[in-house]
Amino acid sequence: MSVLVYTENAGGKFKKSTFEAVSYARAIADQNNTSLTAISIGDVSSDELVSLGKYGAEKVLNVNSTKLKDFINQAYASVIAEAAKKESADVVILSNSFSGRGLAPRIAVKLQAGLADGAVALPEQSGGKFSVKKTAFSGKAFAVIELSSANKVISIVPNSYKVVEKAVDAKVEDFASEGNAADFKAMIKEIVRSTDKVSLPDADIVVSAGRGLKGPENWGMIEELADLLSAALACSKPVSDAGWRPHSEHVGQTGIAVSPNLYIAIGISGAIQHLAGVSSSKVIVVINKDPEAPFFKVADYGIVGDAFEVVPKLIAAVKEYKASA
Amino acid sequence: MKILVCISNVPDTTTKITFTDNNTQFNTNGVQFILNPYDEIALARAIELTDGGNGTVTVINVGDASTEPTIRKALAIGATDAVRVNTKPHDAWAVAYQVAEYVKANPFDLILTGRESIDYNGSKVSGMLGELLDLPSVSIIKKLDVDGSTVTVEREIEGGKEILSIPLPIVAGTAEGVAEPKIPNMRGIMSARTKPLAVVEPVEVKTFSEVISYETPAPRGQVKLVPADDTAKLVDLLHAEARVI
Repeated sequence: MSVLVYTENAGGKFKKSTFEAVSYARAIADQNNTSLTAISIGDVSSDELVSLGKYGAEKVLNVNSTKLKDFINQAYASVIAEAAKKESADVVILSNSFSGRGLAPRIAVKLQAGLADGAVALPEQSGGKFSVKKTAFSGKAFAVIELSSANKVISIVPNSYKVVEKAVDAKVEDFASEGNAADFKAMIKEIVRSTDKVSLPDADIVVSAGRGLKGPENWGMIEELADLLSAALACSKPVSDAGWRPHSEHVGQTGIAVSPNLYIAIGISGAIQHLAGVSSSKVIVVINKDPEAPFFKVADYGIVGDAFEVVPKLIAAVKEYKASA
Repeated sequence: MKILVCISNVPDTTTKITFTDNNTQFNTNGVQFILNPYDEIALARAIELTDGGNGTVTVINVGDASTEPTIRKALAIGATDAVRVNTKPHDAWAVAYQVAEYVKANPFDLILTGRESIDYNGSKVSGMLGELLDLPSVSIIKKLDVDGSTVTVEREIEGGKEILSIPLPIVAGTAEGVAEPKIPNMRGIMSARTKPLAVVEPVEVKTFSEVISYETPAPRGQVKLVPADDTAKLVDLLHAEARVI
């Protein structure tokens, strides 16, 4: 047996969530005294590929075909499943990113593998049993699921497993696999990237605001605070429903679940559906003028006060801190 | 155009999630079950796409008889007919397998699922169905338009979006933005009672995963309140104590 990890790149660079996935995969390989192979698809420099050795990948399969330059989940799934067979890998790890969610189920079917999607911890293995803790009920709970199949696919939630350095020499090998002709029915017409913004699911810090802001015209100070902290912007459901902010910023049970190191909630009361999406945040700060707001019950730090007074002061304090740091 | 919408029956979003039997069973006591909110979006878009006699919308659910109120709700919203595969949904694989078997015998032009169910949050069924049926699948879409035999979808990616053009048939998981959920009107509610709801027996399927226990998130300690005029203290705590900035 061995472990295979799919190392997703963005524009030729690996992301932090990719290094998390490699670290996680390394730990599983160590649990089983086996080797770890990474598979990279797309145009990635050899320096970047070799860098995967820093996190414990002994071998890197490099699939650099012009046909696979852009992400087509059907074709990528074929290539990754083929690599798993070639490496006799019975555990395949990916990040539970947007692309990972399109890939993992297809790979699982191809390998007849049980799938633990949205894993938040290393598997427990004892007496031939293999179980993984994963998110369930939109962040309101976790489920421990046992995978009984010989092959297993696990997708790991970004920010839920720490990047661990464990340097080995990574051997990069070209892997000539292009998927099947029938995998390319989907055609990418356009990719729009807002490169200046921090992506919400990957963000270490998230600044989120709700109805307490009273209107979309008041988001300037929220954006300024987020910029200062290199944070991603988020909002509550009523805000995106009202069209004040795009749906892609809606955090909560029916939006995006996030697990940043720091979640700052401004003018959000903390309905149960919103709390579900933020419960895995490491530290939660709540700013709300209502001392009875339910959000304070799950917060680590809080300020009871009016957002329009507190946020400008917080911006000033962050500026001062950054100037002195 | 024939559209299939896969629906699940999930606890209402306001549900406080608790467990029984030493945290091995979800406590359904007093829980209101609803049509999965993302599936409502899929259903709404399917109805829009077939508006004016331009096709049919079938909803399919894998579940026991207890899910029928949710299926009737989907019929009331505007689905043409419904299918229930008569078995408890063991996991995403089992659900996808049952639906795939049905589709093999009854082909559709477009198969929609919600991007994920709000109970197990897999976003798995769309991809598994795609693989089982050898069709393209897109897991989380924000927009969907059909022009003749081609579908254009917008997919969310980290920090942006991707627009894909794919020939039908495909499987797609819908998210917010695809359509506004529809509220059933009186006529819909009345007609839902008599719309066809076929119950089909399941095929045998292997199981690969089993929930063995549940956990609830660890409670956080008491909130530390900082005076509103002392934001510097908050910044200091986040830096020195919480070590997050």
